[in-house]
Amino acid sequence: MNLSPSMRGRLMLLATFAVALILMVVPGPPWAEPFRPDWVGLVLIYWCVAVPQRVGVGTGWTLGLVLDVMYGSLLGSHALAKSVIAYIAVRLHLQLRMFPLWQQAVSVLVLLVVNQLLVLWVRGVMGRAPETFVYWTPSIVGMVIWPWLFVILRDVRRRGNVT
Amino acid sequence: MINVAGWSLRAPSNLTRLIFFVALSLLLMTLDHRGQHLGRIRAVLGVAVYPIQFVAALPSAAASWVSGLFTTRNDLEKNNAALAAERQLLLARLQQFEALEAENERLRRMLGSAARVADKAVAADLLEVSSEPFARKVIVAKGSNDGVFVGQPVIDAHGVMGQVTEVAGARTSKVTLITDPGHAIPALVNRSGLRVLVFGTGAHDRLKVAHDMLKVPYLTATADIKEGDLLMSSGMGGTFPAGYPVGQVVKVVTDPNESFLDITVKPAALLSHSKQVLLIWPGAAAKNAPPAAGARPAEAKQ
Repeated sequence: MNLSPSMRGRLMLLATFAVALILMVVPGPPWAEPFRPDWVGLVLIYWCVAVPQRVGVGTGWTLGLVLDVMYGSLLGSHALAKSVIAYIAVRLHLQLRMFPLWQQAVSVLVLLVVNQLLVLWVRGVMGRAPETFVYWTPSIVGMVIWPWLFVILRDVRRRGNVT
Repeated sequence: MINVAGWSLRAPSNLTRLIFFVALSLLLMTLDHRGQHLGRIRAVLGVAVYPIQFVAALPSAAASWVSGLFTTRNDLEKNNAALAAERQLLLARLQQFEALEAENERLRRMLGSAARVADKAVAADLLEVSSEPFARKVIVAKGSNDGVFVGQPVIDAHGVMGQVTEVAGARTSKVTLITDPGHAIPALVNRSGLRVLVFGTGAHDRLKVAHDMLKVPYLTATADIKEGDLLMSSGMGGTFPAGYPVGQVVKVVTDPNESFLDITVKPAALLSHSKQVLLIWPGAAAKNAPPAAGARPAEAKQ
């Protein structure tokens, strides 16, 4: 196909987000459920840091809204959390780019925890907050897979010429 | 810089955008929590995200198709024989049941009370899409085209599963399970007739997600309930018809420091194993057409 480079980059972006959304709802064995990382959050953070002029608060909000609809959670709760972490990631993108991978992973953990904390607050206000530590495992799993995801997405960005 | 009709405007800063979107989220959440204003929007967005859910469900659908391809003739025969035997057994029990039903109706007529009408049930496939952790919701492949309505009770072969909380489209709707932390169902203890409310917890029982439990709060130590008691839906509140099994009491803990008993109930329905569920139209067996949508209000609002 003859696509202009900018069009191709846009499609690449959309494709990664679509894959992340699918990974959020692919059924797995029940015991693995608490270990499912926040794929959408991770991919969103990557693009916010890599191309902050293209991906930011609005993208985060839209993705969060899609999550809300897919999950049937309170409309706007994930949207709120995702727009906040997108803002922080865009704000700190210069610092985050300079960090070595492990330090990046720790920052990503902080962002993911902020994301989960916001969702937890909203649920708490609704009186439906889970009380176990297991609630936080997705963030930890997200931190552990960040280095690999980073390398893969960097490849995607270079191949797709996403700028 | 953006040029709008000769005026050059600065693109909104990041912080402005954040404030705008946070405000929008708060507005959405308030509207969604307060009432049903957003049902339409949710339905439209639901159609938009359906492709994602469809693709997500593909691997498991493919896996079951492939395993179906490789089922041996031997397995099928064995399965068939087992099903035939079970059918015989069920038919035998049904004969008794029909006699009992007739007798029950006669007795009720003698007492002058209305006979209980049988419920109409329609089977629906579960779309295998996992939900948010800690919420207990499933999507079933029946929607507004099939006359599904919000508040409709859903059961499986063993007991009450939950209720429809959202008719997401013409062919899909969302069911909140009784184990969802926002769900409650009125029930009664089969042995003593004690009326209770059974709440979902949505909590994993030490990572064993397959064993989601229910709880019965607000019962004092004098309540007539003990381990092994069967809880049936009581029909109060009008959402769930009476007489379906809800669960079995597995643990009653009396802690003198607490004012209430700590009661754990195991759901009767196989909530995480069922592939098919039954949608119920209470008392509609006599009529052929399902009642109009929205015939009953949901009593256990999330």
